[in-house]
Formats: sequence, structure tokens, C-alpha cells
Amino acid sequence: MSTFRKSLPYILPLILFAMVVKGLHGAFFEAPTEAQMGDVQRIFYFHAPAGIMAFLAFAVTGVASFLYLWRKSLLYDVVAHASAEVGLVFCTIVLVTGPLWARPVWGTWWTWEARLTMTLVLWLIYVSYVLVRGYTDDRDQQARFSAVLGIVGALDIYIVYKSVTWWRGLHPVVLQASGGGGLDPEMRPVFIFCIFVYLMLYACLMAIRVPIGCAEDELARLREALARRRRA
Amino acid sequence: MDLLRKAGAIWMKDLRLEWRTLDSISGMFFFSLLVLVIFNFTFDFTTADFKEIGPGVLWVTFTFAGILSLSHSFVIEKEGDCMQGLLLAPVDPGSIYIGKMLSNLTMMLGVEVILVPLSAVLFNYPIYGKMGSLAAVLGVSTLGFAGVGTLLGALTARTRRGEVLLPLLLFSICVPIIIAAVQTTKVVMRGGPLSDAKEWFMIAAAFDAVFVSASFLTFQFIVEE
Repeated sequence: MSTFRKSLPYILPLILFAMVVKGLHGAFFEAPTEAQMGDVQRIFYFHAPAGIMAFLAFAVTGVASFLYLWRKSLLYDVVAHASAEVGLVFCTIVLVTGPLWARPVWGTWWTWEARLTMTLVLWLIYVSYVLVRGYTDDRDQQARFSAVLGIVGALDIYIVYKSVTWWRGLHPVVLQASGGGGLDPEMRPVFIFCIFVYLMLYACLMAIRVPIGCAEDELARLREALARRRRA
Repeated sequence: MDLLRKAGAIWMKDLRLEWRTLDSISGMFFFSLLVLVIFNFTFDFTTADFKEIGPGVLWVTFTFAGILSLSHSFVIEKEGDCMQGLLLAPVDPGSIYIGKMLSNLTMMLGVEVILVPLSAVLFNYPIYGKMGSLAAVLGVSTLGFAGVGTLLGALTARTRRGEVLLPLLLFSICVPIIIAAVQTTKVVMRGGPLSDAKEWFMIAAAFDAVFVSASFLTFQFIVEE
């Protein structure tokens, strides 16, 4: 079990690499060119899966935060932190690729539309989450504070979503609750594959980031023990 | 019931402390007045319609002033290790939260009660006949803001650079309540019936319910040693 877990950060990136090659091929060659938007639509295969993964990552942060407060195991805190960081990366991808697509299609880089506003707000919430961790010195306090923020942030997602949708709406609703919505049947397999590529990317980054977090905790513990022994 | 009685005692303690010094409320009031004066230079209200921009201007002012109260609320407990005393007292952390939340709410509402009529005079718009609905709108929105703000105020009071972190956390999490507050206030100022702002009222009420209860439940993890 232990060797398996240790080899995960090496095995997963290899699988990921193969998936990325296949995904890129799918997005650039296999998927048909969109009739109105042309090739610029292909950014959708990077943009939307990143968005889905950002939500997943923040949800994981919320659940892990709750588990930390319940069980008080620092592992949950490490997972919550890692997931928030990875989610922030995905969220940044969404915020960068979105305007690149919007400029030629909507004719503007940015508009204060519901989903855009919401993504930006989420990004800000989790930036502050990471900042709070940086500004807290005591390890247990850091874990408790960020767990509370992780829960509050996750609760906020839905309310932010509701409020900005009532406030504005213009984003193409490609993915509807019922069925594939406006997505061409030929595009669908590529898109679904891209979601899995991003899921793998998430798994990879977590498989690397969580052990680093654990190692950091272990290091801090050893340093403290060493300092105590020196004093004695 | 006991929980509320103890919360009431903490609330009264904070209000008495404030009454004797008037530190917080005077700072908040003059600061918000200054913000209004500065807004007056950025938008020319002699030509602009205050009913359109006013709600936004007022809420920016209220939230900025609220930050002062929220950060002060737990910083005063640090002096002389008062927080330690509160925690050692046979009081549930939930009572401390409710007491502190009520005192922050009182401070913010206090500033709003002075500022709304004052802005009506300064920017020349009628508020007679709208007092009741304005009070309802301000009350619901301020409750959510103070509710989550009290939790975050307690949190940031114990971090480095808390004065920077508090606005960052509070404003990002409070986006829904700020949108709802501005929209409901706009409906009232335009003279529409409160039912026009029903959706926004629901958002604000949902925000209040979710975050006041979540803060109440998680507050113990913030204050425990």
C-alpha cells in the first residue's frame, strides 16, 4: 500500500500525459469546427472542464473542512488546503480562457454577466482563503480558521450563483441540467473526454500537493521536537 | 433561553462600553459622512439622479463603516486578555457570538439611522412615507452583513494583518447580500412597493439564515485556544 501510494505522484502524471495528448488531438482535430464561431470555439474544451473542476475542487475543500472540524485530523486540513490551491489554479484558467473566447465572439473581453461575475467572486473568496492561511502562525489555529472559511465559502457558492443570475444573464448555457443542451453530438465525446483529462489533472496535482503538505507538517513537528531536545 | 440571556448580557456590556467612550460610533459616523462627501465629488448629484446611484453610494458607505465596527469589536477584547475572561466564564461560545453580533448590528444600524435622513437632506430626495420599507430593507441586509462579519472579525483579530484580511474576506463573501441590499434599496427609493423586490428580499433572508446559523455553529472553532 505504502509503495503504491509513494509511486502515485509518478504514475498519475504518465497517464495524464497520454490523456492530454489524446485530449489535445480531440479538441484540435477530431471535434468539428463550430459553424458560427469557427475555431475559437475550441477553447471551450479547455474552458468549461476547468470551470467544472474548479467547482469540484472548492466542494472538496468544503467537505474536507467540515471533516477537519469534526475529526480534528490535520490530514483533512492538508487536503482542504491542497484542493483550494488547485481549484484556484483551475479558476484562474477559466478567467483567462473566458475573455480570450469572449473577445471575438461577444466583442468584449469582459462583461459583468452572471457566471463571469460569479467565477471572479469565487476566485476572490479562495484567494482570501489562501491568504488567511499565510497570515496565521499557529498550525492548529490555521487549520481551524481555514476550515471555517472553507465551509462558509462553500455555502456561499450557491447564494452567489442565485444572486448574480437574478442580477444578470448572457452566458451561453451549453450545459443544461436536462441532456447535453446545445452541444453538437460530434463535440460531446471530445468534451466529455476533456472533462476526464482535467479530472486526471486534478488528481495528479492533489497526489503531489497532499504529500507535500503532510511532509511540511512532519518537518514542523520534527523541528519542534529537535528544539525541545536542545533546550533540555 | 439561557443562551439568549447571556448573549443579552454581552450585548449590553458592549453597548455600555460604547456609551461611555463613544469611540466606535463617532469614528464610524464621521468616516461615513466623509465617504458621502467624497462620493459627492465623484458623482455630481446636482445632475445625477440620486435614486439610481444613491443605493450603491449608501451601501458602500455602510459597509465601509461596518468594517470599522467589526474589527474593533474583537480588538477591544484582546486588551487585558478580556477574550480569555469571556471564554473562561460559564458562557457558551454561541452566546458570545450572538452578543457580539447584536452589538455590531446595533452599531451599524445606529449609523444607518443617522446617515439615511442626513443623505436625504444632503442629496435632496424625499424619504417621507418610505421610512417603514427602508427600515425593513436596511435591517434585513445589515443583519446578514453583521452576522458573517462578526465571525470574520473574530477570525481576523487573531491573525497577522487582520485589518487587511477582514475587508478582503468580508467583501468577497458578502457579495450576494450587497447586491440584494442595493437592489432592494433601489426599489424602495424609486417608490415601488416592497413586493417588487421580493426575489432580492428572499436572497437577503436566505443569506441571513444560512450565515447567521453557520457562524453561530462554527464560532467556537474560531475562539477556542
